[in-house]
Amino acid sequence: MTAFILRRLMQSVIVVVAMSVVVFLGVHVIGNPVYLLINPQADQQEIEATIRALGLDRPIWEQYLYFVRGALIGDLGKSFVFGEPALRVILQRMPATLELAFAALFMAIVIGIPLGLYAGLKPESPFSKIIMAGSILGFSLPTFWVGLMLIMVFAVMLGWLPSTGRGAAATFFGITSSLFTLDGLTHVLLPALNLALLKISLVIRLARAGTRETIHQDYIKFARAKGLSQRRIVGVHLLKNILIPIVTVLGIEFGNLVAFSVVTETIFAWPGMGRLLISSIQTLDRPVIVAYLIIIVLMFVVINLIVDILYSVLDPRVRIGERTQ
Amino acid sequence: MLVARCLAVCLGLAASINSTAAQELKIGLAAEPSALDPHFHNLTPNNALLSHVFERLVETDAKNKLVPGLAESWNTISDTTWEFKLRKGVKWHDGSPFTADDVVFTFERAPNVPNSPSSFAAMVKGKTVKKIDDHTIQISTAAPYPLMPNDLSNLLIVSKKHGTGAKTEDYNSGKAAIGTGPFKFAEYVPGDRIVFIRNDAYWGNKAQWAKVTMRPIKAGPARVAALLAGDVDLIEDTPTPDIERLKKEPKVELSQTVSRRVIYFHMDQFREVSPFIKAKDGGAIKNPLKDVRVRRALSLAINRDAIVSRVMEGVAIPAGQLLAEGFFGVSPNVKPPKYDPEGAKKLLAEAGFPNGFKMTLHSPNGRYTNDVKIAEAVAQMLTRIGVETSLETLPPAVFFSRASTGANGEPEFSFILVGWGSDTGETSSPLRALLGTFNKEKGSGSANRGRYSNPELDKLIDQALATVDDAKRQATLAKAVEVAMGDVGLIPSHYQINTWAVRKGLSYEARTDEYTLAMSVSARK
Repeated sequence: MTAFILRRLMQSVIVVVAMSVVVFLGVHVIGNPVYLLINPQADQQEIEATIRALGLDRPIWEQYLYFVRGALIGDLGKSFVFGEPALRVILQRMPATLELAFAALFMAIVIGIPLGLYAGLKPESPFSKIIMAGSILGFSLPTFWVGLMLIMVFAVMLGWLPSTGRGAAATFFGITSSLFTLDGLTHVLLPALNLALLKISLVIRLARAGTRETIHQDYIKFARAKGLSQRRIVGVHLLKNILIPIVTVLGIEFGNLVAFSVVTETIFAWPGMGRLLISSIQTLDRPVIVAYLIIIVLMFVVINLIVDILYSVLDPRVRIGERTQ
Repeated sequence: MLVARCLAVCLGLAASINSTAAQELKIGLAAEPSALDPHFHNLTPNNALLSHVFERLVETDAKNKLVPGLAESWNTISDTTWEFKLRKGVKWHDGSPFTADDVVFTFERAPNVPNSPSSFAAMVKGKTVKKIDDHTIQISTAAPYPLMPNDLSNLLIVSKKHGTGAKTEDYNSGKAAIGTGPFKFAEYVPGDRIVFIRNDAYWGNKAQWAKVTMRPIKAGPARVAALLAGDVDLIEDTPTPDIERLKKEPKVELSQTVSRRVIYFHMDQFREVSPFIKAKDGGAIKNPLKDVRVRRALSLAINRDAIVSRVMEGVAIPAGQLLAEGFFGVSPNVKPPKYDPEGAKKLLAEAGFPNGFKMTLHSPNGRYTNDVKIAEAVAQMLTRIGVETSLETLPPAVFFSRASTGANGEPEFSFILVGWGSDTGETSSPLRALLGTFNKEKGSGSANRGRYSNPELDKLIDQALATVDDAKRQATLAKAVEVAMGDVGLIPSHYQINTWAVRKGLSYEARTDEYTLAMSVSARK
């Protein structure tokens, strides 16, 4: 187990180094952020002074080494735009994104799995057909369009839910989150649904496919023959077996929800990291882009680790760390 | 059932909030301010936001006229020295009195904020400030400097007591965000909201709103939706495609004024052979843009009325010079050129290009309102007179780097679409930066991406910038505008119009400087 985790960490270090080199060079090639950041009225001397102040006058390899030196002691540099440590700028916005991602993941599970199970158990029923048609829509409609439609219908026309932004937050067990207040929940509902739509469709499809395959397995037949209730067969024996692919996919998808909920966060003016990433890319705020991607790489490593551990819980045949050839 | 009950509760809650919050104003901003430090980032969103908490010696009104702020009056006591009489009885939000020491301190702090991506150094450069008594200061320069009040109208004054040793972080946290303005800092959640509360001890007209919440909503359609849904009371930078519809919307009112931003085309006038201009057969030719007849032909070929009515959906004014009518230093004699494709063809033939040539127009994508659509339209208009124009749009991050220093430190492109918002609200700013000869030591031509150079114009600009007398300076600037436009140093297209949308029952006094201020919002009686 320890060796397994260590190996994983080694791999992630290599990924982080490679990624930081690529991002450094990439942003450098795109252009000079000073022309976007500085007031257009600034004269040539001020422009040069600002370029010097941000260290952008040095050769790119020197800038990179400077960054590495800082990174080794946990300093990922200061944001060009905000003038604060890049890490702090990102972490300030992380809770909002995590909230949104958890809410969307929750929706994907509680809506997706039951609907998928139903569609798998009763493939011929009209309701199943509606579910499957709906899941195709969920896949194919563009997120930004659905987001705007949700706002138009539920906020502008019906006036039931707030259109944008994050609600009031409350602290519970030391965690401050807007999920603990009613105002916060009403705010999170639309963006989370917008974000979850694709994941719900995905889970429906996975659950349905898994159910269709598993339902004909011998052990299900045996369980039936033994006279177990349908409830127990589906709820325990079937569900446990179809969960493995779903957990794998949801693990990765959760990473995507946290890292790249850019469109939803922009449309719903959600004060999260995704919106920060997109505006940092637009202004070439390199310290923030690099720090963000480092965090994301590490997060994916951790998620994959958790997924692997969950496997062994769900499937006793899987034992982490044992490599039996 | 649970959902229904939940909704009912929410709705009830929302209704009760609405009735108690008549004193609260919620504003949807188009851009996110980067800090609450008034000297960190000299850019419109920051400057506008911080105008609620801090004040300047000289303020500008909605029409860009200079009006007294923390200084009651000012005048020149010699050619090179200005005296400012400071307002008495002004208190900082913590109750301590505002004095000349705070002004002197601000002059020390403004140019020295670490990591500033756009410093305020220019506002204080070359100025020596001297305290005469607690409520009088004198500022002297080496040479006569007429723009002193204009510069000071861009510099927010901070408290010496709270600003000494304060970093940008201390302003962001609110610790040092102690101003003299009509609102006090209450809360800043980066990316989410900024909250102000009324300063009941304010020296001037007290604000109408007890509490102001500003929220950045970058996506245009989402901003409009937030207004229509009643989540915000006011939005800035209303997207042009929505304006017609919002005019008919009974819940909403619009407020518009011409902006001090002009959209224009800069032309490569310094290279003998321009990289993005070719003969019709693709061969190299001498740079035609060095010939004034060609430049004039291109200007005549642009149908400004069509750009304004079709592309900008009426939310712009055709431009013939650098600032719209009514601003300081514009010339009453320069009108937008009339659309004349035949005349343009004739001029091209006279200049030796009867069959035109090939050219690439470079435009940023998403920097100015409808920039790509404008560039598309203009490329077609130019093609119609024989100048076969292809369009390349680039993200602003790429565009401005390459357009400024892309070719070994020199501007890379031949023909570009750009915009210029004049921070001083008068014509010396665009004249000097866009059309003055590029000169690093002098600081002129800093945004002259066509490297236009005209000694006669340079002389007029220098003369204007050394003339303290307003009437004389106005005349010299107008003359300079006539010279520059007569020579088609650049091709102006249109002036933008700023549009705010408010919910019914409110009104907004539209501002030329694009600032969104809670002080300019009032409830209709």
